[in-house]
Amino acid sequence: MKKLIILTYIFASITVNTTFSQIDSSLLMKVPIDTAKQTMNMDAIYERPFLKVNKLPVSLGGYMEVNWQHLGTNGISDNHQFQFRRLTLFVASTISEHIKFLTEIEFEDGAKEISVEFAAIDFELHHLLNLRGGMIVNPIGAFNQNHDGPKWEFVDRPIAMTQMLPATWSNAGFGLYGKNYSDNWMFGYEFYLTGGFDNSIISNTQNKTFLPAAKDNPDRFEEIASGEPLITGKIAFRYGQIGELGISYMGGVYNKWQDDGLIIDDKGRCDVIDIDFNTTIPVINAYITGEWAMIFIDVPGTYTQQFGSRQQGGFLDIVQPVLKRSIFGWKSAVLNLACRIEYVDWNVGSFKETGGNIHEDLWSIMPGISFRPTQQTVVRLNYRYQKLFDILGNPPLITGGFLFGFSTYF
Amino acid sequence: MRNYINIKTLIWIFGLLIFQSCTEFEPVAPKDDEEFAGPIDGLNPAQLAQRQRGDRAFAEVFSADNGLGPIFVSTSCISCHAVDGKGHPFTTLIRFGQTDSSGNNYLDKGGPQIQNRALPGFSPELIPQGAVSTKLTPPINAGVGFLELVSDADIIAMSDPNDSNGDGISGVPNYNSIPGYITPFPNAIPQGDKYICRFGKKGSTYNLLQQTANAYNQDMGIASSFNPIDVYSLLEIDPEVSIQTVNDVLFYLQTLKVPIQRNMNDAVVQKGKQVFINAGCEGCHRQTLKTGYSPVEPLSNKEFHPYTDLLLHDMGQELDDGYTEGSAKTYEWRTPPLWGLGLAPNSQGGQYFLLHDGRAKSIEEAISLHGGEAAASRNLFNKLSISDREALIKFLKSL
Repeated sequence: MKKLIILTYIFASITVNTTFSQIDSSLLMKVPIDTAKQTMNMDAIYERPFLKVNKLPVSLGGYMEVNWQHLGTNGISDNHQFQFRRLTLFVASTISEHIKFLTEIEFEDGAKEISVEFAAIDFELHHLLNLRGGMIVNPIGAFNQNHDGPKWEFVDRPIAMTQMLPATWSNAGFGLYGKNYSDNWMFGYEFYLTGGFDNSIISNTQNKTFLPAAKDNPDRFEEIASGEPLITGKIAFRYGQIGELGISYMGGVYNKWQDDGLIIDDKGRCDVIDIDFNTTIPVINAYITGEWAMIFIDVPGTYTQQFGSRQQGGFLDIVQPVLKRSIFGWKSAVLNLACRIEYVDWNVGSFKETGGNIHEDLWSIMPGISFRPTQQTVVRLNYRYQKLFDILGNPPLITGGFLFGFSTYF
Repeated sequence: MRNYINIKTLIWIFGLLIFQSCTEFEPVAPKDDEEFAGPIDGLNPAQLAQRQRGDRAFAEVFSADNGLGPIFVSTSCISCHAVDGKGHPFTTLIRFGQTDSSGNNYLDKGGPQIQNRALPGFSPELIPQGAVSTKLTPPINAGVGFLELVSDADIIAMSDPNDSNGDGISGVPNYNSIPGYITPFPNAIPQGDKYICRFGKKGSTYNLLQQTANAYNQDMGIASSFNPIDVYSLLEIDPEVSIQTVNDVLFYLQTLKVPIQRNMNDAVVQKGKQVFINAGCEGCHRQTLKTGYSPVEPLSNKEFHPYTDLLLHDMGQELDDGYTEGSAKTYEWRTPPLWGLGLAPNSQGGQYFLLHDGRAKSIEEAISLHGGEAAASRNLFNKLSISDREALIKFLKSL
């Protein structure tokens, strides 16, 4: 509660105290997304609708997500559940020419969790050479970079990108990024050194290798467990309307291998490779986006195979606009049909005891309908059908049900 | 405008339909006779609440942060007993160091059980040079609350140490010492300071409390007030799981329903059952037992059909690993219940791992490895016609 009060005060101070004692609403201007400009996933941090107050060099924005779901697993229903998953606030500022700042503060699950997801200052030395420092979203895959709820046609985030890779994985650190255009071609890169993982990724209550477990470490913004930086790099190419292809890597030593100068364990590495792409099919304008990640972790041979040394998974989204017209008074409303296919294998390998396949995997298909009264707002209805296999590959837990939600920038 | 109203009306109707009938679109539950994890019928709300707590504790995953190990076999109860069915070689236990009823000679060297896994930075145990050992796959949990309540008198009545009826079968109870925290049942019939035990592949564990406390300690390296010795340092340490949690898990196990036979009226299953009886299998795999008194009314004085006599039998050289527990000989094993046999692949990753160490990959192979007192039945099985053999297997798979 104290955190909430402090953050609310900070936000209010920025938005009110430093501007006017009473805002004249006519001075508030929407800064829409420049849809004519070709952007890449790496631009997602700044390519958001902001609200600007007159000539003040500060822009404000945010988004929220709320949903209802009714899911059941193997005949046991969770019944009706209403969830306020997140409210995210953005503040962007041009500090001076070639220096800009943006922060993203996220309130999750009704402010049960409050986090600074992103807060970085960027120095533009050249369009191919920008220096960024602060709380940085590690650019591993496209979803981690471009995860705002209103951009997606599905209530849930992709499972592989949230429960295999850590969702919205951000750390304190520094790095470089740049982008270049040439006719229809675009090229971008990012390279960062940040804080990273810890032993919890192979020692947690999920009973599987679980990179998101490191997000629960409250000390990770102060101290790297291994004392060595996590390296994250991404290169991406885009060709006109055909699409974008990104390849990213993240890796480093994850475990606490020394304590007060004493060597207490072998160094263990965690390496992640991710490929993402998106494209729009001409004529029918179906939008396809997908991502696939592979994780390699050093797990001691004397530990349990419950915690796998390899993981892989990804998703494929297909979104087909079926109606673009004025609907209920919204002039550019769009109705989409959509489908997401997902797969995650949290433990790639075979049992030492039998040579049989280690399962711990999941399949999911999620058809849906989404309605966008404007580009910034989406109303979506999804049906999930999911099979989750245990480590032995016994008959799966089958989950199914409806999800309905709103998500909007404001 | 009228179109919009119609569309809006349709959207509302569609939305209300989904809202009201969404359960209809969710996956259905497996049939009652296809799963083990359900509770016995007739528990009251307070008992169901305790069972739920036990269910959650049974699934609790231990890590370095909440007491795992540092040497261990498994990270949770459910890792060994997936869906409360038979276990998989992945979580097979290795016990060592005892060759006769005089006790385990390796308790100061990590006995009686190897913790073959370790947290990073620690080394797991190895079997000491010269020690005999055996592998033990986790048993089915379903129905164990009923087995616990079979009276000593009934077990003794089924025993025949001298084979006085001449059928070649001479089952005996496993008399063993019990730890101080165990209170014997009021109707216990001890021999001196030894009590009739019934759980475990050698039948050397007295009741489910002892089984649960041992599993926390020896399988997961979790100390409790019942068993406070750390498996790594062999020193007494603070409890890492509460008495209440152990009691909740105990209640969860006690109140698991019995496996339900499927297709029991099928003609081939009926024929197979008769073949089973004619082959003398029921000499050890007793169809029907009954519970004694229990304060949990749905468990009290009930008949049930586990296909075991809870006695030790000579299984011959084929299954003699040289290791034993309690008063059992190295070649003696407690008759395993056959209930749930047909569903074993549902908890063993789609295949069979039968007998005490999972060495048999099919029911036929398991039968072929029966020796000693069971050799006569095995030989009869080998002489069965194909149709009789198929009927017998179908019957066993219906259990």
